[in-house]
Amino acid sequence: MTTLDNSRAHDFGGHGHHEGSYLTPKGGFFTTVWDWATTVDHKKIGVMYLVAVLFMFFLGGLAALAVRTELLDPVRTVMVQAVDAQGKPLLDADGKPVMKTEIVGQTLARWIPPKGGEITSIDYGNQLYNRAFTLHGAIMVFMVIIPSIPASLGNFFIPLMLGAKDVAFPRLNLLSWYIYVTGSIFAVSSILLGGVDTGWTFYTPYSTTTDAEHANVVLMVLGAFILGFSSILTGLNFVVTVHKLRAPGMGWFDMPLFIWAMYSTSIIQVLATPVIGITLLLLVFERMFKIGIFDPSLGGDPVLYQHFFWFYSHPVVYVMILPAFGVISEIIPVHSHKKIFGYRAVAFASLGVALVSFLVWGHHMFASSGELGATVFSALTFLVAIPTAVKVFNWIATLYKGSIALTTPMLYALMFLFLFSIGGLTGLPLGALATDLHLHDSYFVVAHFHYVMMGGTIITFVAGLHHWWPKMFGKMYNQFWANVGAWTVFVGFNLTFFTQFFLGTQGMPRRYASYVSEYQTLHIWSTVGSYVLLLGFLIHLFVFIHSLVAGRKAPANPWGGLTLEWEAESPPIEHNFAHEPIVTHGPYDYETTVPPHWSAKDYPLPHLPANAH
Amino acid sequence: MTTLDTRSNPLGADVQGGTEPLWKRYLPGHHWRTADEEFDACTLGFWLFLATEVLLFAGLFCGYTIMRFKFPQAFANGSSYLDWRWGTLNTVVLLLSSYTMAASIRAFQMDRQSHGRRLLAATFVFGLCFLLIKFTFEYTPKLSGWFIAFDPALSHYTELVDNKALGGLFHHVAGYGGKAPGQFFSYAFSEDPWEPLWWSIYYCATGIHALHVIIGMTLIAWCFRRALFFKAYGPSHYTMVENTGLYWHLVDLIWIFLFPLLYLIH
Repeated sequence: MTTLDNSRAHDFGGHGHHEGSYLTPKGGFFTTVWDWATTVDHKKIGVMYLVAVLFMFFLGGLAALAVRTELLDPVRTVMVQAVDAQGKPLLDADGKPVMKTEIVGQTLARWIPPKGGEITSIDYGNQLYNRAFTLHGAIMVFMVIIPSIPASLGNFFIPLMLGAKDVAFPRLNLLSWYIYVTGSIFAVSSILLGGVDTGWTFYTPYSTTTDAEHANVVLMVLGAFILGFSSILTGLNFVVTVHKLRAPGMGWFDMPLFIWAMYSTSIIQVLATPVIGITLLLLVFERMFKIGIFDPSLGGDPVLYQHFFWFYSHPVVYVMILPAFGVISEIIPVHSHKKIFGYRAVAFASLGVALVSFLVWGHHMFASSGELGATVFSALTFLVAIPTAVKVFNWIATLYKGSIALTTPMLYALMFLFLFSIGGLTGLPLGALATDLHLHDSYFVVAHFHYVMMGGTIITFVAGLHHWWPKMFGKMYNQFWANVGAWTVFVGFNLTFFTQFFLGTQGMPRRYASYVSEYQTLHIWSTVGSYVLLLGFLIHLFVFIHSLVAGRKAPANPWGGLTLEWEAESPPIEHNFAHEPIVTHGPYDYETTVPPHWSAKDYPLPHLPANAH
Repeated sequence: MTTLDTRSNPLGADVQGGTEPLWKRYLPGHHWRTADEEFDACTLGFWLFLATEVLLFAGLFCGYTIMRFKFPQAFANGSSYLDWRWGTLNTVVLLLSSYTMAASIRAFQMDRQSHGRRLLAATFVFGLCFLLIKFTFEYTPKLSGWFIAFDPALSHYTELVDNKALGGLFHHVAGYGGKAPGQFFSYAFSEDPWEPLWWSIYYCATGIHALHVIIGMTLIAWCFRRALFFKAYGPSHYTMVENTGLYWHLVDLIWIFLFPLLYLIH
């Protein structure tokens, strides 16, 4: 046994009778719904985040498919009547209408005709395309990737891994969820009113001049502002939880690496998000009152907006990827039953990434900043490669001579190593000024950040979901079909995005609805890939639904993990543990510890020669 | 079935019927081992929150610095319309309120309930004074041109007064109003084309600060209510009043930076 039932231990049940799992309904339908809506249990809040994030992932995914479908066609040139600013047809000297050539994205416009029913009269298709990719970017960044791992898996597992009953501020935690939902409602209502065509970065002057007749931009920006509060409060909660609620016996270097990664993430969230808060607020003022801080005609500076925006949004890139590093640092040791290689190096690499993240925002602005600044930022950017490479090397060293089980989470973790390495290495030519001049704002950039954000974070989110699914819901899933889904996602992902590296180096610019026909073959492959990706995610959806409905009951410790969450029941009881756990071994001591709920017969410890330790 | 939140609801019936003050009966949240640990965690969390507030204003200060370097003349012109005497008075009011806030926390720690409540009320009144001065003597004339009759600044413009209202309580000065931020800016005294930007920064910074004053006053009013009805704070439990105090000092501190940056430049 790894925990001791110590009489000095704080009684966790505290109420003297047996408790059911946190999923046990509290009564009738409405009672249960009310119980969930007002719960302060971190596990339920984690599950509610999971559902909300997956729903937004579905919306953002639909927008991505719309974008890819539009790009099946290279170009459409139409002759249309030229109109003046009032919308009246322009006439030439003979009184005949003036004709001009226009290029429109046609596919989306064919699906969603404008109110007048005339798709050739304006560049309506292009507008639709702009809205679709803005929608995709804004939803995926602000509503999916940022909260994905921290808010769902983090909320559920940080207290469990620390051996605590809850996060430090449970009611604040519930408030964060409601703030998240409110922000998402703002963003979705902006979409329902017609959408935003500014790009997810809301650069001025796009965000202050386009769509002038709508409140859409204000709604979308306020949505992002509100989501920022949710992110700050979650981060704050986690920092305090890690500081104050570790189980007895758990020092800083006895914490699982997921906790280290989440701690670093939370620090970035707390320190970077307020800056985007004031920036977006100023943007709303700019839009509503024309205050001019970002408007050159009034003396303001649009580049200042870019600085403010990236001062947050670059660190937030690591808010997206650091939790993924944490999940991988859990999955690889558990599924290869081997102690993590270089625990402290991995832990400090997380903090190192968090530190460097605040110093590299300028590399998003090479084209709009001076030469000296760009050179300095380029040099600083290469620093990021050091802690990330330390992590990748350590994970691979952990795999070496491990007893690797090719379970679905492990399969995904290996895919992560492959995809993230491609994403990381293709970042280097973008960080170097000479190559970036050629590659910036091209599909190379699109491919690079999808390899990092999706190949890194989303893939790991799915990996973590498969790793902890039995613990969260107490049900096993069909490993065969989950693996089929994983391979489908892998093939679809590479088909979609590897082609885009070629498109980018050949000169295809990002954010264009139409293009010269030479690019069409690669675009078609990429679009086909996106549909394969959809198929892969649908397989996972069915595997999960099947697991909830008909999955066999999960044991408490299906993979033989050593961290504290595996000591709890599957699914955990309301107070997480019957008695407060006392930590007596490191989180990855596979060579010296029999995992909780396993017997020494099932898990013979290796008889190592004496000098092996 | 057990409920997760085992602490008694401070507004629940069992509390109102009780005779013991709430601070004596206070139980820490179910997930804490001791009340001290809970207090430490709340304080740590609140300091982190204050860090986010500082960073929020850091964006504004950064914008201020860049714009002032770009347009020093516009900033000097705009600043000359701010009366340093009102700014100083408001600084004094906020400093006094910080003193009463700190003294109030000390009073609750020593279980001097009515003294603590009086000091909380004084802090609230000082906050109200700050807002009244800000709105009556600064925002209103600059936006609309309407001065209150006893505003000393009015003496500079006696020959420009073109309208009076409410029996002479308000005087309108021709061409003085309209010092609104940004593009809507149009007023006769403008000496520099970039002055609208100054007013944008001025209104954003002081407006967001005023919002923080209002939030702080709401927290103080809530503390006062809980102290009055439940005796919620005492020697062994004063987390909320302590954190409200921290928040109020932050509001004060930000004003200490805003005051010289806005009022004392030439």
